Amino acid sequence: MSVNALPKISRDLLVTVAFGLLIVVMVVVAAVTTESFLTQANLTNLLKQMVTIGLLAYGMLVVILTGGIDLSVGSVVAFSGILTAGMVSSLPIPAAMAVGVVSGIGFGLVNGVLVARFGLAPFVVTLASLTTIRGLAFVYSEVPIAPEDPAFFTLGSAMAGPIPVSTLIMFAVFLVGGVFLTRTPAGRSIIAIGGNAETVRLAGINVRRHVVLAYTVSGLCAGLAGVILASRVGIAQPSVGVAFELDAIAACVIGGASLAGGKGSVRATFGGVLVLVLINNLLNLYGVQSFWQQVLKGLIIIAVILAQRTNRVRA
Amino acid sequence: MSLSLRDVRKSYGDVEVLHGVDLVGRDGEVLAVVGANGAGKSTLIRIFSGAHEMSSGEMRIDGEPVHLRSPHDAHERGIRTVYQELSIVPGLSVTENLLMGRFPKRRSGLIDWPAAHRKAKELLDAAGFGAIEPRTIAGRLTVARQQMVEIAKALAGEVRVLVLDEPSAVLAGSDLDALFDLIRRLKARGVLVVYVSHRLAEVMELADSIVVIKDGVIIETTEPARTSEDELIRLMAGRKLEQIYPDRRDSPGETRLSVTGLSRRGEFSDVSFELRAGEIVGLFGLVGSGRSEMARCVFGAEPPTSGTGAFRSPADAISHGLAFVTEDRKRTGLVGGMTVTDNIALATMRATTKGPLIDMPGRKERVAGMIDRLSIQPARCATMPVAALSGGNQQKAVLAKWLLAEPRVLILDEPTRGVDMATRVDIYRMIDALAREGLAVLLISSDLTEVLGATDRVLVMREGRLAGELRSEGTTEDEVLAHAIGVAA
Repeated sequence: MSVNALPKISRDLLVTVAFGLLIVVMVVVAAVTTESFLTQANLTNLLKQMVTIGLLAYGMLVVILTGGIDLSVGSVVAFSGILTAGMVSSLPIPAAMAVGVVSGIGFGLVNGVLVARFGLAPFVVTLASLTTIRGLAFVYSEVPIAPEDPAFFTLGSAMAGPIPVSTLIMFAVFLVGGVFLTRTPAGRSIIAIGGNAETVRLAGINVRRHVVLAYTVSGLCAGLAGVILASRVGIAQPSVGVAFELDAIAACVIGGASLAGGKGSVRATFGGVLVLVLINNLLNLYGVQSFWQQVLKGLIIIAVILAQRTNRVRA
Repeated sequence: MSLSLRDVRKSYGDVEVLHGVDLVGRDGEVLAVVGANGAGKSTLIRIFSGAHEMSSGEMRIDGEPVHLRSPHDAHERGIRTVYQELSIVPGLSVTENLLMGRFPKRRSGLIDWPAAHRKAKELLDAAGFGAIEPRTIAGRLTVARQQMVEIAKALAGEVRVLVLDEPSAVLAGSDLDALFDLIRRLKARGVLVVYVSHRLAEVMELADSIVVIKDGVIIETTEPARTSEDELIRLMAGRKLEQIYPDRRDSPGETRLSVTGLSRRGEFSDVSFELRAGEIVGLFGLVGSGRSEMARCVFGAEPPTSGTGAFRSPADAISHGLAFVTEDRKRTGLVGGMTVTDNIALATMRATTKGPLIDMPGRKERVAGMIDRLSIQPARCATMPVAALSGGNQQKAVLAKWLLAEPRVLILDEPTRGVDMATRVDIYRMIDALAREGLAVLLISSDLTEVLGATDRVLVMREGRLAGELRSEGTTEDEVLAHAIGVAA
């Protein structure tokens, strides 16, 4: 009852504070219980690891807000990476990278058109493109491609002071992406479509176009993530990125996004990314075997979501 | 058997909607419950049916206190409820709908279909709805017939109390006679029938006792012999009829919308009408008459098969000055998870940007102006989720969204359904003021009193066609209904 009496704003604040606290606690625990967490090498590594999942999570959030899902992002990461690496031999590096990103945009566009124009279920469409695009990555090159030009590594490894450039790019995506979703007609329309597409349509807004836009944004993010990942690792593999879509979805859901659409926040999704990356990093530092890592990660996701749900029921 | 309520209260969250209801129903009686939309009828029904638990108070059956915790509880005690919203599964046969969960089985455990169809037939015959064939897929029946299946289903087993929520809303002619026959037979068998309706003529004909509910309390318990329809209206509304609706408007101006021969296969055909500046035109029709479908088509939500006057898309309609307050605000009027501001600004978002971004201060100002102009309550609701508003205020928010677009033609589909009387009067005043400023208004309504009281002329649709056009002044509800049912001379 006392929670009920609180005004809405402070309840949101409560959730945000609780979330922030969780992240702080994880950082403190990591810093206190391990010697290696606070080393520069580990922190830099952490910041770089965030980039892929961060980019994918933002794109995923935009799609989830429309009430859809994009299962193809992991495959797009592989395809855009290997395409870029393959193009390096014939194109200048920035152009090759642009081609990789554009391939992501293209796949997103196709997903979006299939969902919006033909009314197919997002889950089915992107499940099909998951396997199709993965196949295309292997068709393009069965073996990993490792470009020798050191300039290929710049995007993924360059530092701007203490922070990797790629991390700054991811931050910029979240910043611009946040403004897009909260301050532009297109962003508000996307959120409203997930809440009630028919209301939005009758308000004279082109629902299909906005749904296509959402999948295209996701494709763009996945394409960018693939290029950055290949550049960071220095080698592009057609097999990379399996199950990345699940981490991206998990980040959105931990951030309180509703898979039914219409509800989700950019800030909280960023928090979800932090939580996931910290979990991974901590378990690595503790030397937990990778299969157990998967088990623990799953359990932690359920715990976080249950905590949110309890909170909502009480509210 | 008798059923009594004492000091029954019901709250949803902090809001109490029933403030101590006392009610007695005796066996072999038809107890009519009448009240305006939002008076608390639906809540009362849900308490009878066990769908909602009362917050406090007492229910007694045959003098014995009972506490209904679920619809199952109510069912066990012989209380059956037929809701206004049908719960038929359209893809299954009538038999399956009637016997769901209680199929006769063979020794092997498989369903004994011949026996099932026989049993279904018996149920239908017993209810007096023998014209319905048990093997038909329920979704292929007319809405009226589906309603009858629903009633027959409620009558399976031992029934002691039958609660009917607006059962006649979709029935007409011989179907209606069959329903009345059934109610009289049930009454003779000693069943207590709780009849909820706002068709007062029926209530006067059928009921043994009448309770009037208003703002969550029973304000009058009476009998047909001791009251009149006018008296009931006055009680329900809390004021006289002439105080509810504004005066009619003077002669209308130029034509604002002209529809000719508009048809859409399977929904309506050959509809022609005009809307003029400064007039309010009512559109009446029973469920299934195609009135809402026709309005959606004019607005560009669905393409017509032939005819002129409909717009290509909602965006096209809006750019030509149309606004469309839809029938079901939850499904098509509001985005429940978003704020009041987001909702009110939705239709005008693209037209009010600064560069690529929404002009936030301007938006805030426009929304605040609308909240003030329509007196949406609470006054500081701009950042609240729209779902947190009461039904009436949600309706005002939908209206605000469209008024921001400064329309020249306003289509309102059931704008007062589920809205309390005070807000209704606000809405009538608002529509009247808009018409006087030169708007053309099409008011679609299934409320006969409203469709005559708030308008200048009335179009009546029946089975997808325009069945008549009447001047509101001096026309009776029965005349409108006669056109809608098809018995007009």
